[in-house]
Amino acid sequence: MNSALIDGLFVFMLAGFIGFEVIKRVSPLLHTPLMSLTNALDAIAVVGAIVLVGEHKSNLSFILGVLATIAATSNVVGGFLITDRMLKMFKSSRPTKP
Amino acid sequence: MTTEFAGSQHIIEIIYLIASVLFILSLKWMSAPKTARHGVWAGEIGMVLAIAGTLLHHGIVDYKWIFIALVIGSGIGVPLGLVQMTAVPQRTALSHAFGAFCVTLVGTAEFYLRAPNVPPFMMAVICMEVILGSLTFTGSLMAAGKLQEVLPQRPITYRGQNIVNLGLLAIAIAAGIYLVLHPGAKQLFPVMVIIPLFFGVFMIMPIGGADMPTVISLLNSYAGLSAAAMGFVVESKLLIIAGALDGSSGFILSVIMCKAMNRSFTNVMFGAFGQVQASAAAGKEERTVRSATAEEAAGILAAANRVVIVPGYGMAVAQAQHKVRELYDALTKRGVDVRFAIHPVAGRMPGHMNVLLAEADIPYDKLAEMDDINGDFPQTDVALVIGANDVTNPAARTDQSSPIFGMPILDVDKARTVMVIKRSMNPGFAGIDNPLYYLDHTLMLFGDAKAFVNSIVHELAGNSH
Repeated sequence: MNSALIDGLFVFMLAGFIGFEVIKRVSPLLHTPLMSLTNALDAIAVVGAIVLVGEHKSNLSFILGVLATIAATSNVVGGFLITDRMLKMFKSSRPTKP
Repeated sequence: MTTEFAGSQHIIEIIYLIASVLFILSLKWMSAPKTARHGVWAGEIGMVLAIAGTLLHHGIVDYKWIFIALVIGSGIGVPLGLVQMTAVPQRTALSHAFGAFCVTLVGTAEFYLRAPNVPPFMMAVICMEVILGSLTFTGSLMAAGKLQEVLPQRPITYRGQNIVNLGLLAIAIAAGIYLVLHPGAKQLFPVMVIIPLFFGVFMIMPIGGADMPTVISLLNSYAGLSAAAMGFVVESKLLIIAGALDGSSGFILSVIMCKAMNRSFTNVMFGAFGQVQASAAAGKEERTVRSATAEEAAGILAAANRVVIVPGYGMAVAQAQHKVRELYDALTKRGVDVRFAIHPVAGRMPGHMNVLLAEADIPYDKLAEMDDINGDFPQTDVALVIGANDVTNPAARTDQSSPIFGMPILDVDKARTVMVIKRSMNPGFAGIDNPLYYLDHTLMLFGDAKAFVNSIVHELAGNSH
């Protein structure tokens, strides 16, 4: 087991705890936009797919990479778009400035 | 390694670090509606930075196809970002499928680029990535199909189903273990990709429409974990972080949904909810209900000081939320205090009802969670139930033989008057009889939710002139 994997495990563990603490505080009011937002962030997997396409090491990896990039990009664009559309609709009955 | 090369690698890593900070802030700002849109912007900036940084990657020779793929992906993403709010659950399920599809393909590509020189730990992570990815892919497509109602919503069950499902999963895991020990066995890899595809389909088949909020959250968690596994494979800490955040988010939401239905994970996944209830609905003697007209209902509402509206998915199906907003306006104008009680599983995914009501311009500070509003029902003059059923069933508190016994409910029966808008006395989706309808202080308002609310609004307008 090399050190990069160990580093990765530490990062995973810490990020898991941060996620737990941060997401616990998200109001249930916003659970739907929360899910579409985390979905969009998750689509950062696109970076791995982009490298596969760009490096073109084999035809298989290139084709799979193109398909993966398309799928992840649609999540990035669609995810942010719908999250913002939903959040725009949440309005308070109280005026913003008293 | 030249210094120039190492330099650009450092720049990329620092860009990824900044993107990680932005991602965490993005979720932090989601905590309240006031800051939530900043969260989206932070996420977008982080994403653009990360993609731009990746394009600096030294090994990239082919930019043309990257841009083609980015453009096609955006072309698919835009319409998916513009769906109606009632369709958000199936859109979300579909995006879990796309995310899992991406992860599975990348895992497969990485395996064939590296085999047979794959160290055991790396191989184990690839196996996790691919198994989780492909079962999430088909599972999410199934969930999306059920939510879109292109597939039957009722649970499909047969004898020995759980054994078949677990057997499939066991074969995939066994193939994975063999590959960890013998990474040269390339011919086994497709087995490990294809079998979980079937498992994903079979896993969702026995799950009914009412359990969709839990299932979507669970699939969200799987999608996150598979992405985190991919982060290990492609050695991207940013992806590990994003995957861990998504995984824990999905996990927390699944726990909340399970608690809201008083079920365990195993029960949701292996329980096939539909069967238990068929027996419970039978054998009840005829009891009388009291019904009222729109005119009478309007009179009672106009005389009330405090009204709590309890919306359920039936309201969204009838597209009645905009009429409900008119009712809210009419009552608020008369000085009636109107709030909305939202059960965690109202709607088809966590928080869905809040979005539907926000879309109808109902202020979010009038939307109250179950735990916050349950104590207020005894001081409430009228509880108006629109399209909700099981989440208001007092049998969940009192009747030990009820299949939903123990499920947390909205205590609408404690209000001074309960009004229920319902098409007929047919039991709802889950087929459980609701004793709420037979209480002395309950008035049944029979009719289509949208039409009935509309006539109440008309009556209220007529009275004020």
